[in-house]
Amino acid sequence: MDLKEKLLSSFLVFENQVDIDSYVHDVRNDAIKIFEEKGFPSKKEEAWKYTSLNKILKEDYSVFPQQENAIEYKDIKKYFIHDIDTYKIVFIDGKYSSHLSQTTHDGIDVCLMSSALTKPKYRILIENYFNKAATKDSLSSLNTAFSSEGAYIHIPKNKLVEKPIQILHFSTGNESATMLQPRNLIVVDENSHVQIIERHQSLNDNPVLTNSVTEIFTNKRAIVDYYKIQNDNSNASLIDNTFIKQKKESVASVHTFAFGGKLTRNNLNFFQEGERIDSILKGVTIIGEKQHVDHNTLVHHIEPNCESHQDYKGIFGENSTGVFNGKIIVEKEAQKTNAFQANNNILISDKATINTKPQLEIFADDVKCSHGCTIGQLDESAMFYMRSRGIPEKEAKALLMYAFSNNVLSSVKIPEMKQRITKIIANKLGVNLGFDL
Amino acid sequence: MLKIDDLHASVEDKTILQGINLEVKAGEVHAIMGPNGSGKSTLASVIAGKEEYEVTKGNIEFNGEDIDELAAEERAHKGVFLSFQYPVEIPGVSVTNFMKTAINESRKAKGLEDMPAKDMLKLIREKSELLEIDRKFLSRSLNEGFSGGEKKRNEIFQMAMLEPKLAILDETDSGLDIDALRIVANGVNKLKNKDNAVVVITHYQRLLDYIVPDFVHVLYNGKIVKSGTKELAHELEEKGYDWIKEEVNA
Repeated sequence: MDLKEKLLSSFLVFENQVDIDSYVHDVRNDAIKIFEEKGFPSKKEEAWKYTSLNKILKEDYSVFPQQENAIEYKDIKKYFIHDIDTYKIVFIDGKYSSHLSQTTHDGIDVCLMSSALTKPKYRILIENYFNKAATKDSLSSLNTAFSSEGAYIHIPKNKLVEKPIQILHFSTGNESATMLQPRNLIVVDENSHVQIIERHQSLNDNPVLTNSVTEIFTNKRAIVDYYKIQNDNSNASLIDNTFIKQKKESVASVHTFAFGGKLTRNNLNFFQEGERIDSILKGVTIIGEKQHVDHNTLVHHIEPNCESHQDYKGIFGENSTGVFNGKIIVEKEAQKTNAFQANNNILISDKATINTKPQLEIFADDVKCSHGCTIGQLDESAMFYMRSRGIPEKEAKALLMYAFSNNVLSSVKIPEMKQRITKIIANKLGVNLGFDL
Repeated sequence: MLKIDDLHASVEDKTILQGINLEVKAGEVHAIMGPNGSGKSTLASVIAGKEEYEVTKGNIEFNGEDIDELAAEERAHKGVFLSFQYPVEIPGVSVTNFMKTAINESRKAKGLEDMPAKDMLKLIREKSELLEIDRKFLSRSLNEGFSGGEKKRNEIFQMAMLEPKLAILDETDSGLDIDALRIVANGVNKLKNKDNAVVVITHYQRLLDYIVPDFVHVLYNGKIVKSGTKELAHELEEKGYDWIKEEVNA
């Protein structure tokens, strides 16, 4: 049985476990139909031209991991940003782990999707927001159909959430292959500010496929800073579908640090529904081996006087492949839009590949849109310069790569997060530079 | 200290150096002059270990050791320093962090621990004062947006930090106004002692009024065609290079 069939039949089993007499289940039902009709995307589709899911779909995934798997904090501490106080929502094989989490209902809700989807007090919010940002593509629909668990965050108006919130999804690999479909909903009301860090981590080498959907609603003048750490091991694949709806004068930023995993596809979508909105999309990708990272971004400018800033840096070694497909749509009403997009890449191996494609659809006439992509090698004259000062080749390369990523790193607002990323990069490059940039 | 014997070097099959002989002893200052395209910068790069250049014949000895096969960083660790004609911009790496890395990598190569942060700061303060460099300057990205003069001053600052045995200054005077020239020359002179040596590569005699050479060599078509004392530099300033070319071609 192929994965699609398996999922479709699993849906019937899934329905036995949930309340089918609800708004949410109507949404699920519609979603499974879309998935049934469309199936998994293939390379024939323009948006999937450079990324093939064929190989990773061949595994015999367990769709509902059975066991309750306990992990000790000490074994996974390193995956947390642990030197500062944070809220934590932790999942192990898709199931909530209360002993690893630190949630709250004190003025804000940092808790579970499973509660939000079932408890009456969340009903209105769910009806207003659940699946209202996600598009009806097949993978998001697949996630919607099975949506039952994930992070639920609601920040009411005028709250400055001082502690960052970490969302961590672990897979134990106790089953030979696991498919996970976390569903996150984040609603940030007027004037509030929140910082969120998300990470997916498998704990052994068994194949894992995560098809995640995160919906973020940034209401009037709200600020959301979202950080994604993607540094999974070489049999873990991630399809990350993130949808952000912004209301007027809000600022939303997403930083994606893609350093690992087998195949990573980031579908990052911003919808601007108000004036004077700022959307920020930044990423650093450093991969090697046969890793594949695909950033597929969309910024939809719908109203006037808004901005978007995209800055993606990629360093590709060995046989790795990278894809950047950045789409900007500026609607006719969206006059005075400022949209910037940059994608700079360095290939450090002859066998590495990068496909980069800007896509601009502009229907307004008074806009500033710029895009630029570069593909190059490490600057030889800079290498000689540094080496002539006594910095060995490997360290000189690392220093150049840091420097290359620095534009993106420098906009990370949580210092501990920045240090962590710097450390991951140093580890990846096998150097110790003794300072943070 | 430096002994170059019949050095031939080429880049992309084009022979540029065609038999250089040069000996520089500790305590000496040598000037290498010559018209454009004579091979001055190539000589500097070959000594420093730039990989694009292939040494096809001859050898370079540094303190009694053949360094032809050594990587640029290994030569640096042994005390060779090249001040670049065109210092490279490295956005995202501050001057301070760059120097910390360079110094600690050199120490690591010698089996020493990292320099304690306190000592490093003291050294940076001391040397930046010597070159009259504003402290704010040190937190800027290396050479990025620096003026020509700032870049050259920064090169000599790095030289002061690294305290090389042999410093090769490639066209350090180009792009400098007279005040900057004086600061740079003053820095070089203060660093000069009986145990180290300086090779000044220049087009003009101007810098040599400040950094006074013991020997002056003229490079032409990849060879040293004439050597003398500082008077030779004055003569070249006055008469240009044509008479040398005529002498060689005769």
